[in-house]
Amino acid sequence: MAAAAALKASCFLQLKQKSNGHSSLLLPRRIGLSATNTVGRLFKPPMATISTDQAVGLSETFSKLKKQGKVALIPYITAGDPDLSTTAEALKVLDACGSDIIELGVPYSDPLADGPVIQAASTRSLARGTNFDKIISMLKDVVPQLSCPIALFSYYNPILKRGVEKFMITVRDAGIHGLVVPDVPLEETQILRKEATKQNLELVLLTTPTTPTARMKAIAEASEGFLYLVSSVGVTGARASVSNHVQSLLMDVKEATNKPVAVGFGISKPEHVKQVAGWGADGVIVGSAMVRILGEAKSPEEGLKGLESFTKSLKAAL
Amino acid sequence: MIMASSPRNVFLQGGNTTEFSEPVLKLRRLPFSAPLGSPYIKAADRPRAPISCSAVADKMPATVGGALDSNSLTTRRLMTQTFIDQAELMTVSSTGKFGRFGGKFVPETLISCLSKLEAEFILALHDENFQEELATALRDYVGRESPLYFAKRLTDYYKNSEGKGPEIYLKREDLVHTGAHKINNAIAQAMLAKRIGRKRIVAATGAGQHGVATAAACAKLSLECTIFMGSADVGRQGANVLLIKNLGAQVKVVDGSFKEAMSEAIRDWVGDLETSYFLSGTAVGPHPCPTIVREFQSVIGKETRKQAEEKWGGKPDVLVACVGSGSNALGMFHEFIRDEDVRLIGVEAAGVGLDSGAHSATLARGDVGVYHGSMSYLLQDEEGQIIGPHSIGVGLEYPGVSPELSFLKDNGRAEFYAVTDDEALDAYRRLCQLEGIFPALEASHALAYLEKLCPGLEDGAKVVVNCSGRGDKDAATVYKHNEERV
Repeated sequence: MAAAAALKASCFLQLKQKSNGHSSLLLPRRIGLSATNTVGRLFKPPMATISTDQAVGLSETFSKLKKQGKVALIPYITAGDPDLSTTAEALKVLDACGSDIIELGVPYSDPLADGPVIQAASTRSLARGTNFDKIISMLKDVVPQLSCPIALFSYYNPILKRGVEKFMITVRDAGIHGLVVPDVPLEETQILRKEATKQNLELVLLTTPTTPTARMKAIAEASEGFLYLVSSVGVTGARASVSNHVQSLLMDVKEATNKPVAVGFGISKPEHVKQVAGWGADGVIVGSAMVRILGEAKSPEEGLKGLESFTKSLKAAL
Repeated sequence: MIMASSPRNVFLQGGNTTEFSEPVLKLRRLPFSAPLGSPYIKAADRPRAPISCSAVADKMPATVGGALDSNSLTTRRLMTQTFIDQAELMTVSSTGKFGRFGGKFVPETLISCLSKLEAEFILALHDENFQEELATALRDYVGRESPLYFAKRLTDYYKNSEGKGPEIYLKREDLVHTGAHKINNAIAQAMLAKRIGRKRIVAATGAGQHGVATAAACAKLSLECTIFMGSADVGRQGANVLLIKNLGAQVKVVDGSFKEAMSEAIRDWVGDLETSYFLSGTAVGPHPCPTIVREFQSVIGKETRKQAEEKWGGKPDVLVACVGSGSNALGMFHEFIRDEDVRLIGVEAAGVGLDSGAHSATLARGDVGVYHGSMSYLLQDEEGQIIGPHSIGVGLEYPGVSPELSFLKDNGRAEFYAVTDDEALDAYRRLCQLEGIFPALEASHALAYLEKLCPGLEDGAKVVVNCSGRGDKDAATVYKHNEERV
C-alpha cells in the first residue's frame, strides 16, 4: 500500500537535490524502481501522511558511511523539551545539518543512566504532559520528512507496561528504525530482541569500560545496528575531556567485533568528536550538549538556531 | 544423625551425612548461615547427590582476583551446606531471580560490579572471622537479641466476650541501637564494604532510620558516608537529619522524596564504582542487593524461632509485619518460609485510602514492572511512569517492593493487606496506652491489622508482630493528627 501511494507520488513530484552535498540513498525501498538514476537526490513527498520508508536502517547507514570513509554523527535529544513541536523542528534541523542517525529519548520519571541535564529535560517534558502516544503521532508527521534514521531511546518499564510486542509494532509504524534500552542487561534482552526482529527494528546494546572482555564480545555479537560504547563510568553528561582510556577501549572492541562502534557519554565539543573519530570510532554520539542547548535557550527559536550551528560545527570536525 | 528433631533433615537425602555434621552444626549456630532447605528450589530441581566442589567453584561469579579455588578452605566450607543450599546458591547466583521477579535491570556499567559484590557477599557469609565479628557487633553494639515481649494488655484487649483470643507477642526491634531494625543490615553491610576495601558509603533514606543506622555504622568503622534524602522527607523527619550530621555523615538533599533519593544515590554510585559502596537499606534493587539485605535482616526471624521455642516450646502461628519495601517483613518471614503452618502476613500502607490514589500499597494495587534494577510489583501509571506514593508512615513510602515479597505473594505463601493512615495512628496510641510502648508509625501499620486479624484466630494462637522501630520520631505527628480529628 505504501508502495502504491509512493508510486503515485513519484509521478507528481519534483525531485529535489540537496544542496549541502550530503548524499544518501533515498528511494523508498518497497518500490522496485531502479536506484541508479536517483543517487544523490532527495525525494520529498509533500504530504506528510505518506509514510514512505525514506531512510535506511542503522546498519545500512553505517555500511554506506564506511564505504565513503566517513564517521557517523549521532545527536541525541529528549522528546518534548521544551515541547513536542520544537522537537519536531529540531529533528528536521539535525537532519538537515548532516546527522547520520538521530537518537530520540522518551522521557521517563526515573532515568537511572542519565545525569542532571537529561534528567531535567525529562522532568520538564513530563511536566508538559508529553506521553508516548503524542511522541508517536509527532513522529508519524516528521519521519517521512527526514533522510536519516531515528533510534528511540527508552527505559524498560514504559516498554513493559505497553507490552513489548505492541510497543515494537507502534514504533515501527511510526517509521523508527532502531531502539536503545539502557537498563536491560544482556541476559534479559531476549524478549526485546525477538519482538524487535519481528518488526525489523534494530536493538542496539551498550558496552562500558567496566564490562569484562568475554561479556563485551557477547554483547557485540547480540547487538544490532551498531554497538554503543559508553565512554566513561558514570551517567550521561558533558565532561571536560574524553579520557584516553577510550582509545584503548575502542581498540579492544574493534578487535572483538566487525560491527560498527559508536562512542557516547560525555562528548560535547568538536575537539572531542575529532579525537574520538581519530581513534577509530565508526560513530560519535552527542547527547547532553544538544539537550542543554535546546533546554537552556531563552526561546525555542533560539534553541533551534543554537542547535543548528552546534551540529554544523560537530559535522565539520568529522 | 544430626538434628533429628528439625524438619529440615528431610532434605538430607540418604548417603553418608556424618562428614557434613560438624561444619553444618557450626553454621547453624552462627547468625547468618544460609537457611537449610531453600524455598526457592522446586522439588523436582532438588539435587539427589552432592554437587562437586569444582562445579560450585565454576558457577560462582569470579571474585576480585580470580575464580574461587576449588581446593581452598572457603570453597570446601561452601560444600558443607546441604544439597539444597548449593542448588539455591547456584541458581540465585546465576539469575538473581525469584520466579519471574528480581534480576539486574541496571545500566551495563553496574553489571560486573554487582557480580563482584555478590561473590564477596557469599565469601563473607562463610568466613568464620567475619561472622564472629558481626555476631559481636550485633550483641554489643546493636544490643541483640531483641526481646520477644508478651503484650498482656494488648492480648486482653483482643479477647472476645468469652475471654478467648490469640496471644500477642511483639518482637522488639524498637529496642535495638538507633531504634529500628535498619541497623542489622547497615552494620553488616558496612563491615562487608570495609572488608572489600571500600572507603566511601553511599545510601538513600526515606524516614531517616536507614540514614542514621548507616551513619552510625560508618562512624564506628571509620568510613566516609554520604546520605541522600528527599526534600520532602528532610522536612518531615528533621531530627534524623540532625542526627545523621552529628554522626559525621554528609547529607545531600534531592528534590522529591525517597524514590528520587534512591535514584540519585544509584547515579552517584555508578560514577564512583571503585571507591564507593552503595548500602541498600531495603530489600529492593538489582541482584544481589535484595538478597544481601534479606540475609542480614533474617537474624530477626532466627531469634524469633529460638525465643518462641524457649517461651512456649513451639513456633509462632502467625507473623505480622509492615511492608514498605520489605526489609523487616523479609527479616521476620524468611526463616519461616518452609514452615507451612506459620501464616505470614504483610501489611502495607493504604494511606488516605486505596481508591484515593494517595497510598503506598504496591502489592495491593500495583502491577509488575521494572524499577530501580529489579522486576517486581510497582505503582505506575498507564504510561509506565512511576508514581510517588503517600503514607503517614514515611518509611513505607516507596512505589516498589522487594522482588522476593512479590514472589511470595504470587505463589500464595504470604498474605498481604493494607491499613489506612487513620488506622495506623489509632494503633500507635493504642499500644502507647495499653503497653507503654510507642511504635514507629510504620510498625503501627502491622499493629493496626490486629483489629481485623484477631477475631478470626483461635484461642491461644500465637501471634508475633514485628515492632520494627520506635516512635519518638512520630510523637508530634500523632499528637497533631489526633488533635485535629477530635
